[in-house]
Amino acid sequence: MDTIIELIDVHKSFNTKQVLRGLNLKILRGESMVVVGGSGSGKSVLMKIVIGLLKPDMGKVIVEGEEINKLSGRNLNNFRKKFGMLFQGGALFDSLSVWENVGFALLEHTDLSKEEIRAKASEKLDMVGLQGIEDLMPSELSGGMKKRVALARAIAMEPDILLYDEPTTGLDPIMADVINELILHMKKSLNISSLTITHDMKSAYKIADRMAMLFEGRIIQVGIPEKLQITSNPIVYQFITGSARGPITDKNYQR
Amino acid sequence: MKIKEKLTSTDQKGKRSILEDIGRFFYTFLSEAGEIFILLCQAFFWLFRAPLKWKITLKQMGEVGVNSVPVTLITATFTGMVLALQSYIGFKRFNAETMVGTVVALSMVRELGPVLTGLIVAGRAGSEMAAELGTMKVTEQIDALYTLAVDPIHYLIVPRILAGIIMLPVLTILADFIGIAGGYLLSIKVLKANPVIYMRRTFDHMELSDIYIGLLKSSCFGLIISTVGCHKGLSTEGGAEGVGKATTGAVVLSSMLILISDYILTALLF
Ligand SMILES: Nc1ncnc2c1ncn2[C@@H]1O[C@H](COP(=O)(O)OP(=O)(O)OP(=O)(O)O)[C@@H](O)[C@H]1O
Ligand SMILES: [Mg+2]
Repeated sequence: MDTIIELIDVHKSFNTKQVLRGLNLKILRGESMVVVGGSGSGKSVLMKIVIGLLKPDMGKVIVEGEEINKLSGRNLNNFRKKFGMLFQGGALFDSLSVWENVGFALLEHTDLSKEEIRAKASEKLDMVGLQGIEDLMPSELSGGMKKRVALARAIAMEPDILLYDEPTTGLDPIMADVINELILHMKKSLNISSLTITHDMKSAYKIADRMAMLFEGRIIQVGIPEKLQITSNPIVYQFITGSARGPITDKNYQR
Repeated sequence: MKIKEKLTSTDQKGKRSILEDIGRFFYTFLSEAGEIFILLCQAFFWLFRAPLKWKITLKQMGEVGVNSVPVTLITATFTGMVLALQSYIGFKRFNAETMVGTVVALSMVRELGPVLTGLIVAGRAGSEMAAELGTMKVTEQIDALYTLAVDPIHYLIVPRILAGIIMLPVLTILADFIGIAGGYLLSIKVLKANPVIYMRRTFDHMELSDIYIGLLKSSCFGLIISTVGCHKGLSTEGGAEGVGKATTGAVVLSSMLILISDYILTALLF
């Protein structure tokens, strides 16, 4: 399998705050990569760097052989058609109805008729477990519904690469599993490569081909979920077992 | 000795911080002016690079134009009336009351129509643009547009700037007309002027150039209002507080720029 996304020595800081400090990560074609890490460790920043919303201060991001930081304007815009992205906060357009949100890229980039797009939007909404809400406005939805509408929008164009920022946060356990199944389905039936960020370990083990842990601006371990579960790295161990005591919370720990 | 040392050091410190403040002010002013200019250039390129978003442009024309009609009407009526009243009081002192019509018409068409409409629309529509785009920015909707391969300049900014340029002159024509009508009604009904003479005075000294200089000015004001509103919106940072700041910032900056450019344009065009 070839590499679809490669991050090489990526650095990013905001003002004086260093968020990423030499991050390296490879995602293979057709693979589902899950990144875990503490709150505020820079996972969402990582995702925005992959799709070119943020520029790294240093280092390279290579997607399908092209260096994304070297693209600009229209080329970058077109390049982004390869991606679908689910934002952590949903980021639905609140001036558009639910079906217009889901069908947004289709409305903008295809010549399909309104009826066809609406039908496609309904189909995607059905995939995330939502029916009969096509004409509602985003402000009329619950938090979990917004998240799922945003997910439907991300998958609407059936892109090559999907970026999911905490897809199951804020959902009930059954709906969370529906979303897990959906992510697996997207991967298997359409051979989509994906990068998922999550805090939900159950979901991570279910959807991950490989998992990576982000800590202090670097990926400290990558591997198949089974390998991470029996890790000898105390930091990774503390994180995936979700324990309050360990090197992450111990200020005196020597790294 | 020690006290003297202390004094000089605070003195230097005081001086430096004033210089620093001035420097910082000019720095932010210039960099903001630069950003606005770049935004304008980008919008200009997108205007020719891709087909215009007609539906959104029409919607924005409604937001800027149609929704501003009531406030424009009220402002223009009272401005016309107060102009008539004031110039009547003044001209009566040297028996030139018949000139009231001329003064009302020329002031409305050349100056007050465009400027007052500009200021009112800056407060109504400019702030609305900044608030809407600012909210989109802080809730990552602008980022979401990028990820869907849609450029926000093309999708959001071009329609708003066009709406400003097109709708401000339309509102100004309305304001001119209503202002003159307000002055006319006040003069005839309250000040008992002769309607025929008043009408003649109104139109005798007006030239076509007066009207289109006014409209040209208002078009520039429309450009200022929407470009500043969009810029403030897109550069919003930091949640609800940031949106509030962007909104006030847009109104203050565009009002200032309207008054400054009003002087420059008037001096240049006449
Ligand atoms: N636009 C920005 N400006 C300034 N600082 C930022 C910006 N975006 C992120 N940060 C900072 O970068 C750090 C990482 O943020 P990020 O959103 O990537 O965290 P995260 O790992 O996604 O956390 P969570 O799991 O809570 O979502 C945070 O400390 C945040 O303050
Ligand atoms: Mg995050």
